[in-house]
Amino acid sequence: MKELKLMKGNEAFAEAVIRAGVDGYFGYPITPQSEVLEYLMAQKPYERTGMVVLQAESEVAAINMVYGGAACGKKVVTSSSSPGISLKQEGISYIAGAELPALILNVVRGGPGLGTIQPSQSDYFQSTKGGGHGDYRLIVLAPASVQEMADFAGLGFDLAFKYRTPVLILSDGVIGQMMEKVELNPQVKRRSDEEVAAECPWATTGRPKNGPRRIITSLELDSAKQEIHNMKLQAKYKEMQENEVRFETFDTEDADYLLVAYGSSARICQKAVQIARKKGIKVGLLRPITLFPYPTEAISKLASQVKGILSVEMSAGQMVEDVRLAVNGRVKVEHFGRYGGIVPTPDEVVKALETKIIGG
Amino acid sequence: MTETFDKPEIRTPENLVYSKTKVLTDNVLSYCPGCGHGTAHRLVAEVIDEMGIQNDTIGVAPVGCSVLAYNFFDIDMQQAAHGRAPALATAIKRLYPGKFVFTYQGDGDLAAIGTAETIHACNRGENIVIIFINNGIYGMTGGQMAPTTLPGMPTSTSPYGRDTHIMGNPLKMTEIVATLPGTYMVTRQAVHTPAAVRKAKKAIRMAFENQKLDKGVSFVEIVSNCNSGWKLSPVKANEWMVNNMFPFYQLGDIKMNGELVK
Ligand SMILES: Cc1ncc(C[n+]2csc(CCOP(=O)(O)OP(=O)(O)O)c2C)c(N)n1
Ligand code: SF4
Repeated sequence: MKELKLMKGNEAFAEAVIRAGVDGYFGYPITPQSEVLEYLMAQKPYERTGMVVLQAESEVAAINMVYGGAACGKKVVTSSSSPGISLKQEGISYIAGAELPALILNVVRGGPGLGTIQPSQSDYFQSTKGGGHGDYRLIVLAPASVQEMADFAGLGFDLAFKYRTPVLILSDGVIGQMMEKVELNPQVKRRSDEEVAAECPWATTGRPKNGPRRIITSLELDSAKQEIHNMKLQAKYKEMQENEVRFETFDTEDADYLLVAYGSSARICQKAVQIARKKGIKVGLLRPITLFPYPTEAISKLASQVKGILSVEMSAGQMVEDVRLAVNGRVKVEHFGRYGGIVPTPDEVVKALETKIIGG
Repeated sequence: MTETFDKPEIRTPENLVYSKTKVLTDNVLSYCPGCGHGTAHRLVAEVIDEMGIQNDTIGVAPVGCSVLAYNFFDIDMQQAAHGRAPALATAIKRLYPGKFVFTYQGDGDLAAIGTAETIHACNRGENIVIIFINNGIYGMTGGQMAPTTLPGMPTSTSPYGRDTHIMGNPLKMTEIVATLPGTYMVTRQAVHTPAAVRKAKKAIRMAFENQKLDKGVSFVEIVSNCNSGWKLSPVKANEWMVNNMFPFYQLGDIKMNGELVK
């Protein structure tokens, strides 16, 4: 039975993690996502489901705990906000290189540096272009509601295990902190150790009596083998691009102009579309749900229909580069953003559309 | 890595006085001849074999000369980022409390970049074994100064000897972790003589047995030579170790059954 609750995005994520039958959470406090760890501790998931919850000594330790747990085939998750996610990058690169399934939540705040604790979307490059070293990609999911904060916990693990890859949920301070009603899935039973061993024959769960030992590593001293391994990773990323693109459109059927926005910016843009349409401007919205793989084709198709595209993001202009790649010069593409923790209003978006795209 | 020493003319039953434990693979060790890493590996493998826990042990290899430890132990193993082995081991043990979990780390890995992970795993009292190979130098990367490098000791990044005024003093991580309530057993051993090897093996066995008690970290430091890094022959390196390392890093038990040894 589904259950309806009024919750903060961060809490909904935490509750969904417990209900998804997750085995372990490892995290370190940072605003605006500390509610995840606080909620988990208050809920005693170790009593509810037997889930391990541990406050680590740092984000570095937390992501490496995730590596250790994931390498055992367990469902493990960590969450943080921008400065903490920067610290996790080496570990994320190792997880990608060793092909481990793991879930990471980033409730983005404004940077650079310690920046601001207010919401931002300035970690797009870090998330989608490889925040750590080496040729790797993450599947990046961008929730735009408290409901999606809950839903993406389950979806994230499905994708992580399907591809044996780290999945990042790129949220922001608005989505993490705001309260909305959310429909929660019923409790999924945690897998038994036997089920984990059967599902994940690659995992280090203790050397099988009649089979070879398992090694989890991202090291390959023989460059020829490393290249083959990297090709395998690239093939996996291509498969994701073919099968896992997710996006949503609003009012695009008759649109002359297009807004592209993800996460909380997409919520603001939905309102902006309504305001603009009242003024007689036929504008639609495309909301990427996956930021990698990116809805390149969908944007490319719409570029043949519209006269101009405004990419709206709470940053100085990061996602706009992917929109431009998709459009490839066929129509005008501009960026509008507020940043440093400032959230734009729908009216500001409409004005930017009028001045930068329609009038410009 | 599958090359083996195959000398059938020597391998006759009457010549067999000793055989390799089955918990070591047939892969040729990547260590320099005379290096303590190989002996330490063998002792850990023998303990796992003798306790009958080959199928219930998960090991964590570090970054350092022993990064390839997973090629030598015939058990399930994970390779950690530099210094992070105790974090991996923490998660493994908490998710599989019934398994035996150990990390195997060098002094750069454990006492420099991994200081926080080491201290906090020890302070939380994770029910794991930490095997700590202290050779006073960064072997893997070509003999740079380690946190454990002795005062005056030359390395490639302290070519005129470690000047403690500029470069700080050697860090005794083992003494530090012994003060933490989460460690149950802390000892410093060596593997340069048959007698030392026997003692070290006893300590490693006790460390692994302790995991059954759920009383916290069992921490075994092994003071070892890095003859390549020290630029000495294996024999000279062991002499240098006895004369210079042992006075600073004194061998013996530091904490037993949760109590500091007086
Ligand atoms: C993040 C990171 N920094 C630096 C290195 C380079 N590095 C590899 S091994 C090593 C030192 C290892 O020394 P130690 O732990 O003493 O082990 P030994 O090789 O002496 O056994 C360093 C600095 C690395 N691999 N990763
Ligand atoms: S470099 Fe030093 S630590 Fe590494 S294998 Fe050689 S002797 Fe041993």
